[in-house]
Amino acid sequence: MAIDTKKCVGCSDCVVACQTENNVPHGYCRDWIVENVSGTYPVVEMEFRSERCNHCDNAPCVRCCPTGASHIAEGGIVLVTHDECIGCGACIESCPYDARYPHPDGYVDKCTFCIHRVEKGQNPACVDVCPTHCLHFGDLEDPNSDVSLAMKDRKWRVLAPEAGTKPQLYFLM
Amino acid sequence: MKTRRQFIKISAAGAGAAALGLHTLNVKGLSLFDSNEQEPVSDENMKATPTYCEVCFWKCAGWSYVDKKKNLRKIIGNKEDPHCQGRLCPRGTGGVGMYNDEDRLRTPLIREIDKNGYQYFRKASWEEALNLVASKMEKLRKDYGPESLALFSHGTGGKLMTHLAKAYGTPNITAPSFAQCRGPREVGFTATYGEGVLSPERTDIRDTKCLVLIGSHIGENMHNGQIQEMSQVLDNGATIITVDPRFSTAASHSKYWLPIKPATDLALLLAWINVIIEEKLYDEPYLKKYAFGFDELKAHVKDKTPEWAYGITTIEPEVIRRTAREMAAAAPSVIVHPGRHVTWYGDDTQRSRAIAILNALLGSWGRRGGFYNPEKVHLPNYPYPPYPKPKRSWRDAFPKDKYKLVTEVLSSGICYASIPNPDMDYRMHGWIVYGTNLMASLPEQQKTLEAIHNLDFLVVIDTMPMDITGYADVVLPECTYLERYDPIRTSPHREPYIALRMPAAKPKYDTKPGWWIAKQLAHKLGLDDYFKWDNIEEMLDWQLKKVGSSLEEMKRIGVKKFPREYKDLYNLQGLPDYEFNTNTGKIELYSTELAAEGFEPLPDYTHHPEPPEGYYRLNYGRAPMHTFSRTVNNHNLWDLKKENNVWVNPKVADLWELKNGQEVWLKNQDGIISSFPVKVRVTERIRWDSVYMVHGFGQTDTKLTRAFGHGASDSELVSKIYEDPVMGGTGMRSNFVTFLKENPRKNREEVKA
Amino acid sequence: MKEEIFASGRHIPHIDPYLNIWHWPIALYLFLGGLAAGILFFAGYFVVKGKEKEMPATVKWAPIIAPIALVIGLLALFYDLHHKLYFWQLYTTIRFTSPMSWGAWTLMAITPLSFVWVASYMKEMFPGWDWKLKILDRFEAWVIENRVPFAWIMMVLSIILGVYTGILLSAFNARPLWNTSILGPLFLTSGLSTGLAAILWISKNEHERKTISRIDLVLILVELFFIVHLFMGFLAGTAVKNEAAALFLGGEFTVTFWVFVVILGLVFPATLEAMELRGFHVPAWLPPLLILFGGLVFRFVMVDAGQITRFLY
Ligand SMILES: Nc1nc2c(c(=O)[nH]1)N[C@H]1C(S)=C(S)[C@@H](COP(=O)(O)OP(=O)(O)OC[C@H]3O[C@@H](n4cnc5c(=O)[nH]c(N)nc54)[C@H](O)[C@@H]3O)O[C@H]1N2
Ligand SMILES: Nc1nc2c(c(=O)[nH]1)N[C@H]1C(S)=C(S)[C@@H](COP(=O)(O)OP(=O)(O)OC[C@H]3O[C@@H](n4cnc5c(=O)[nH]c(N)nc54)[C@H](O)[C@@H]3O)O[C@H]1N2
Ligand code: SF4
Ligand code: SF4
Ligand code: SF4
Ligand code: SF4
Ligand code: SF4
Ligand SMILES: [Mo]
Repeated sequence: MAIDTKKCVGCSDCVVACQTENNVPHGYCRDWIVENVSGTYPVVEMEFRSERCNHCDNAPCVRCCPTGASHIAEGGIVLVTHDECIGCGACIESCPYDARYPHPDGYVDKCTFCIHRVEKGQNPACVDVCPTHCLHFGDLEDPNSDVSLAMKDRKWRVLAPEAGTKPQLYFLM
Repeated sequence: MKTRRQFIKISAAGAGAAALGLHTLNVKGLSLFDSNEQEPVSDENMKATPTYCEVCFWKCAGWSYVDKKKNLRKIIGNKEDPHCQGRLCPRGTGGVGMYNDEDRLRTPLIREIDKNGYQYFRKASWEEALNLVASKMEKLRKDYGPESLALFSHGTGGKLMTHLAKAYGTPNITAPSFAQCRGPREVGFTATYGEGVLSPERTDIRDTKCLVLIGSHIGENMHNGQIQEMSQVLDNGATIITVDPRFSTAASHSKYWLPIKPATDLALLLAWINVIIEEKLYDEPYLKKYAFGFDELKAHVKDKTPEWAYGITTIEPEVIRRTAREMAAAAPSVIVHPGRHVTWYGDDTQRSRAIAILNALLGSWGRRGGFYNPEKVHLPNYPYPPYPKPKRSWRDAFPKDKYKLVTEVLSSGICYASIPNPDMDYRMHGWIVYGTNLMASLPEQQKTLEAIHNLDFLVVIDTMPMDITGYADVVLPECTYLERYDPIRTSPHREPYIALRMPAAKPKYDTKPGWWIAKQLAHKLGLDDYFKWDNIEEMLDWQLKKVGSSLEEMKRIGVKKFPREYKDLYNLQGLPDYEFNTNTGKIELYSTELAAEGFEPLPDYTHHPEPPEGYYRLNYGRAPMHTFSRTVNNHNLWDLKKENNVWVNPKVADLWELKNGQEVWLKNQDGIISSFPVKVRVTERIRWDSVYMVHGFGQTDTKLTRAFGHGASDSELVSKIYEDPVMGGTGMRSNFVTFLKENPRKNREEVKA
Repeated sequence: MKEEIFASGRHIPHIDPYLNIWHWPIALYLFLGGLAAGILFFAGYFVVKGKEKEMPATVKWAPIIAPIALVIGLLALFYDLHHKLYFWQLYTTIRFTSPMSWGAWTLMAITPLSFVWVASYMKEMFPGWDWKLKILDRFEAWVIENRVPFAWIMMVLSIILGVYTGILLSAFNARPLWNTSILGPLFLTSGLSTGLAAILWISKNEHERKTISRIDLVLILVELFFIVHLFMGFLAGTAVKNEAAALFLGGEFTVTFWVFVVILGLVFPATLEAMELRGFHVPAWLPPLLILFGGLVFRFVMVDAGQITRFLY
């Protein structure tokens, strides 16, 4: 997924859409917005980032899961099988992005890239709701996917690359 | 003197403890039966019904999804709708929280006084409550005439209340969306072009090459179509110029941010006009053909140079010139945005005039990428007899020369016209308030309270126990927009569209739709002739069939597009002959109308009050995830933002030794202290001479279990206004506040009771 | 000024403003695991060395603590699971990349072993003890016969367990404070040292006490050396590592760590032990108590502080 920070306005629509789509309980969220302000008035810069699980290629949360509940599904999407999760919290500790949360029902939950929609060829809920069209989703290997087109000719960065997780959220700058 | 209406916290009426959530009975991990309720449900397994959003006035059309267990799961935008193009804004997406709010009003309530003089709300049946309202209206009609009733109505459901009020015989129908919002803009543009900007705004952002935002904080102001189109043109490389003393979200996405000194925009606008005229950057053929008063304008701005403006606005002359040239280079695909909430400093009609004039010089009105010519579907009314002719109107409560160019009823005016005045024998004696939280939306709370205390009766129709309901004699609980039919949405746009709202779920609790309330009252008042249909479906179907659709069709598609009657979307594109609806038939750079009424025919800069030592200008605005006060208790949106902060520049924070997150109370120039403390946000996004707050927070009704006491209310601190002499708009941005670091009420009554 | 905030307030319980997923049970579990590893290691070691007779407390008495500690530790771990009814999923698979997994399996192996070990000494410790079942008597005889191989297995497993208590944390790249290769050896040494402290507490035998004290002194010195290295590593590392170190160098854990862990839990008891070796009179219970307490605080500090350190925000 690619996030265009030049367009995001930090409205948090992606957060509400995720909550209603995925029935995320109140007080929790699978995605969130960071507002980053730097400079001194009146020379100020600001960036909004819509963040969620990075579906890391080298996912420590999967590696450290003692039961295999956390796993990498088709297409590189990192998922948690709720019925296999013992709620040990190891994966939460292992995620440099704090992208996971303990669901009140005991298991650990996080962004699924809306696999139930993606499987049917739809976009994730957050992508489809974003009023600024700043979220782009798709297969990076396919040069014609929305995400590949969005990243073409753009500079991007990933978050905390030094954590070595090979994150799959690309922030366009 | 009438009995003072005590503010009743609706909790006193105790509508019963919230239903014990079944959830608490489930042992964690054992809730096997519930488990699939937790999981996302695919769209095919849900029922989608059309609606249009009521969380703000943009009215995006969408689909409400209900799962097999009849849970309202989500609302998704309707792809056919030009207001939203399939994408609702965060508030619309979170609209489910309005329906699910367990703090909602549940039954009609009637104010009672017990033996000890203690006032409280008693639950009542609809029959009883409506009988009471009808009898009060009857009495009012007999005692003072129907024109002594005022209806405040904001929102779609109020349309039939409006119809009822007109049938009853009062012309005093108002909303805070004029005198506290777009009024000066509509009057200023009408004085110039003979037409207003309308809602949704007729700005052709989609095709613009240069967008100039004067304070309008799109991105925080989430009016959906505008934000989507703005984002679209960012991709196309359009230039965005944002004039805002605060580093708004829009400013952060702009090529130019002009951090203007507050209250000085008119000087900047005049300097831009000066540059465009002096450097001959204006659209000469366009002006030759359409404009009136160019020479007067030219003479008027002769000395309004960028250097002159620099001294006032603190914007460098070079920046003023460069941005003027950028606009001219993009012309006529340029929009100097008229804004929406424009009641700032009391000379707002004149500022709007300057914006209108600047657009005219650039030739953007009626041109692609400028201002398009909207069209809407005219739905015929279900037949009813002519309305009775009112003998007087609210204007008669004021001297003849007041509010000369007002085009709509002023909500603040109605308020003043309800306060007894020995010189006048006419005033408002009763209010019906539909869908507007006057305590939060009207400035000068003291006056609102004085007006309310002098009423014979106050009826509030609302969905939530908001501040205003606490002052009502009768509270009528409406069901939310997700549980009702409402009149068809037809709003001006590039192409005419209509949209249907129908219930996705049965009304929760003992709540009723607005149309039903209006019809019942009409019946009790003997006005059945005005409501000849049995239920609203019949009325809607009749209307829809008249324009070639039907209720059945609309239930399927939700939104229907109609072809334009004329191919004149950009009606001035090839400079055709055109007559404007002004005195001269031209675009009036020089306004003959204003001149005739004794106002400045050309806008001029006036100096506005500045904060005294130790005080800061109270600046306020929107947060993208909330609409005024109406969403602050919505669980989905409250999750995103629970309270507002007071933004403070780091220099000011140093001076006052304020820390991020520290709670302070705000005191304004009139000694008014915020009811609740508010947390400080130290940020470079705000100037050192102002503070900033998001409007809508600081609710005082304890029944709002989430919103109560969260954050502070800007409204209570706006105790001083500067009234626009042209049309009566209430300039609200010349209030100044200072910080109190200790609880000022420690030794007196405890507010957070 | 730099400002990085959540634009829409994220207040997830136990995640914000900083992680607090693992609580006291995990710290206790790590402590008890280390303690048991220490005890079992030295019990095995002296059996292998053939010093069974000279070191009665080490070989026979102290190991009683091990199975108890392990069971309490496991209960603590179980208590901290959020989805308890699914705990059996732990034992449906072995995941070598997950320390949690092989830790669980190691415990699965070493806990019964520790029971067997203790049981095999029951008759020696409590004359008159009777298993009452023939088969148990026979099993006991078999164990006693094979004590040395048993001791070997126990040593290996206890080293794994000791290292595991450190690796469980250090495997987490995401928590800069934990993510250092020194943590494994450090926790192992600390575990061995707490094990020795427990033995020291129990032992009444002068010779045994001296032997144990000497080993413990060495271990404490090694531990201090590891701690110095740990901080040198942090300070030479990236910004997030510096921040992690800052928690202990002026930050909120400074006092707890330096006073309770380093001074009261290591330096002071080490001095006391050294003095005792030189013939000074020191209350026998004091150094072990300090070491055990220091070890426990050390686990608490590491678990809590580690969760505060993060890469972002
Ligand atoms: N999310 C959300 N969106 C909304 C609404 C909502 O409640 N929530 N409400 C809707 C409605 S009804 C309206 S009217 C609109 C209002 O939205 P706008 O028309 O955009 O509102 P304004 O009050 O004009 O804009 C506020 C901005 O004006 C800046 N400002 C303050 N003083 C000055 C000044 O002296 N000069 C200049 N140039 N700028 C100044 C502030 O810093 C702030 O950024 O929003 C609409 N959209
Ligand atoms: N201080 C200050 N004052 C302002 C502004 C500001 O920024 N600062 N903004 C001004 C502007 S631009 C505007 S447009 C006005 C807006 O003013 P209002 O429209 O009064 O705004 P709200 O505060 O949202 O109040 C809406 C009320 O309608 C109720 N409501 C919501 N849905 C329904 C429904 O379906 N049926 C019924 N019956 N009731 C419903 C809500 O519970 C709430 O009580 O405020 C103006 N006043
Ligand atoms: S919905 Fe889009 S614009 Fe809004 S915060 Fe999310 S990513 Fe940003
Ligand atoms: S972001 Fe965190 S939870 Fe997501 S894959 Fe990476 S490590 Fe795992
Ligand atoms: S909490 Fe669940 S998903 Fe995470 S590591 Fe433990 S078992 Fe795996
Ligand atoms: S992809 Fe789906 S699950 Fe992930 S943040 Fe977006 S909406 Fe939520
Ligand atoms: S802009 Fe947002 S709140 Fe307003 S009508 Fe559209 S979706 Fe609803
Ligand atoms: Mo407004």
